[in-house]
Amino acid sequence: MLKNPGRSRFRRTLGCLVLAAGLLSATIALAGKPHITLASTTSTEQSGLFHHIIPTFTEATGIEVRVVAVGTGQAFAMARAGDADALLVHDTTGEKRFIEDGYGIERREVMYNDFVIIGPSGDPAGIADAESAIDAMQRIAEAEAAFASRGDDSGTHRAELRLWQEAGVEPGSRWYRELGSGMGATLNTAAAMDAYLLSDRASWLGFRNRQELVLLFEGDEVLFNAYGSVLIDPERHPHLKHDLAGKWHDWLVSEVGQTAISEYRIDGEQVFLPY
Amino acid sequence: MNDLSRPDALLPLRVSALGFRHRGQSLLDGVEFTLGPVGRTILLGPNGAGKSLLMRLCHGLLTPTSGRIDWSLGGASVAFLRRRQAMVFQRPVLLRRGALANVRHALSLQGVGRAEGKRRAEDALERFGLSPLARRPARVLSGGEQQRLALARAWALRPEILFLDEPTSALDPAATKSVEDAVLDFHRAGTRVVMSTHDLGQARRLADDVLFLCGGRLLEQTPATTFFEQPQSPEAAAFLRGDLVW
Amino acid sequence: MAAGNPFAIALELILERDPVLLGIVGLSLQVSLTAVAIAALLGLPLGAAIALFRFPGRGIAVAGLNALMGLPPVVAGLMVYLLLSRAGPLGSWGLLFTPTAMVIAQTLLVLPIIAALSRQVVEDLWEEYREQLQSLGSSRLRAIPTLLWDARFSLVTGVLAGFGRASAEVGAVLIVGGNIDGVTRVMTTAIALETSRGDLPLALALGIVLLLLVMLVNATAYLIGEQAKRRLG
Repeated sequence: MLKNPGRSRFRRTLGCLVLAAGLLSATIALAGKPHITLASTTSTEQSGLFHHIIPTFTEATGIEVRVVAVGTGQAFAMARAGDADALLVHDTTGEKRFIEDGYGIERREVMYNDFVIIGPSGDPAGIADAESAIDAMQRIAEAEAAFASRGDDSGTHRAELRLWQEAGVEPGSRWYRELGSGMGATLNTAAAMDAYLLSDRASWLGFRNRQELVLLFEGDEVLFNAYGSVLIDPERHPHLKHDLAGKWHDWLVSEVGQTAISEYRIDGEQVFLPY
Repeated sequence: MNDLSRPDALLPLRVSALGFRHRGQSLLDGVEFTLGPVGRTILLGPNGAGKSLLMRLCHGLLTPTSGRIDWSLGGASVAFLRRRQAMVFQRPVLLRRGALANVRHALSLQGVGRAEGKRRAEDALERFGLSPLARRPARVLSGGEQQRLALARAWALRPEILFLDEPTSALDPAATKSVEDAVLDFHRAGTRVVMSTHDLGQARRLADDVLFLCGGRLLEQTPATTFFEQPQSPEAAAFLRGDLVW
Repeated sequence: MAAGNPFAIALELILERDPVLLGIVGLSLQVSLTAVAIAALLGLPLGAAIALFRFPGRGIAVAGLNALMGLPPVVAGLMVYLLLSRAGPLGSWGLLFTPTAMVIAQTLLVLPIIAALSRQVVEDLWEEYREQLQSLGSSRLRAIPTLLWDARFSLVTGVLAGFGRASAEVGAVLIVGGNIDGVTRVMTTAIALETSRGDLPLALALGIVLLLLVMLVNATAYLIGEQAKRRLG
């Protein structure tokens, strides 16, 4: 007569298992509604734009948009691996190459804003009266004033590197600090060490810890910052939600979508301009 | 509990040429004796004589480095043999749970079913006067109560042989008395008793026969009356006189 | 809430029972508690088994377990990310950027802590119980539940340490969860986000809320443990 001797303990263990399974299934249940995963950049997410436009889209279509905000480089990598249904980034060259490489099928320009050069209010390099963005960058390099670079292969970082190239400056000396961080973290760091940096206007406007930092230079055409939405090739990643992603892609450039984008304001200032 | 007519009786136990070495040191050497199915055997001898070691070897907690330990039913596994034995240690090892739960745990280890285990555990506590403490955490009981609980646990297992390793050495006289009573209970119920002690008075009160160990050798196996009246070895004589022997 | 006293903001957040905050707090608890529960179910017996059994490579297993206690959350997150990415071996499960992925990553972080502590505690207890349990006919395997139950008060500390690590880490959940608003945003990733937006008072306020939360869980576990200890000795 060998009955199970440890039945009460068995029951306790079973209880724990049930509890864990319950918690787990509850977390899985969260993933129930129709949704797409959007790979986008920290600058758009942190500007608060998505908070403003996504509810409008969800209300109209019933589709939830889950934003994973990373650097543009990582966003491309996510999309290439098939981990994102949709892509919204700001690196026109990169977006075009993404399609050429056979990962995407269509790219549309959704909105734009511009980059601005931020620096300490003292402006040791005297860029406030620079003639162009290139001139401003040259002055920073000549003055060897501290410059904080994203250094994370993001759209902003890529734009900054293009500016240095055009300015004929090889950055990498002591005054040039590659942070390997998102926009916000770079702003925080620059504020703490009174450094210059290149930021997108939206992130700058939404940033709350400016300390001595002020906007010093803006308005040059080369600082133009275009955001593009890319449709991912369904043949390469058949498991993705291409239908839903297509609706999002179309909605962004539709009249409703464009209006929603243009209505977004930070402190009364429009941050993204529709096409 | 020992039924002599049982074909699978555990006893007699034959120990032959038993030796135990540890780190190059001989702790037990050439020990030979036989334990019949009934009686109370008291192990006597000075500290370090090998009393505890001998019991652990017989109980199967340690493996001899030489010699043999043969129970009557040969060929059975150590685990199977140990299930029909019980041991009570100098300092009772009780689990961090209630008194009753301690006894029930021991029974469940031996595959006794829940209902049967509960009944046997409650009977055992009752017998040793521990029923009022059944729900009390074992670890907060007094020293005497703990040793009684260890005995109750052994009782519930209905062993054919019970080893007791100096079970009263840390107890006051009242608690010692209750342990001695318990030993008598086991004896009356037919359990073979093997017990070590330092207390000669206790040995006189309980022993049917005596195994006298000294320096890792068995010097005497004699009936109690003979041992206490006419010890055969000079070491035992000295030990009984209270001289220092080792 | 752009600026101000973080303590005042924290108080306001709690008193207002802000639904967004409640959602984040709820998800944080759910993810971390699930991870700890799973890690405990696996880690406690695993640690006990390593304590009780002798096998070749046991020393390496013990050293490895102790070393894994220092596994950087980012590395754990990256491993789970590569595993769950569509390009990875378990990509077809579609778990990346879900709370389940976060549970997996945190389980990985907590498991070594619980297992290593369980091994230590059970090994010490086995030293004490060994002869008695063997005398009663317990096999080593059968001794595992006995020892775990008897060491429960010490083990709770290890489980709580695991919960502390799970609820405090940001690197792993950020990578595998993606910090998606309303879906995978937990306390730590919300704090990281607010910090990067420069809203330091709000970030600090969330930090205070997280601290209170962890203290609440620990205090509850402590009180339950004390009560049980008084009852069981």
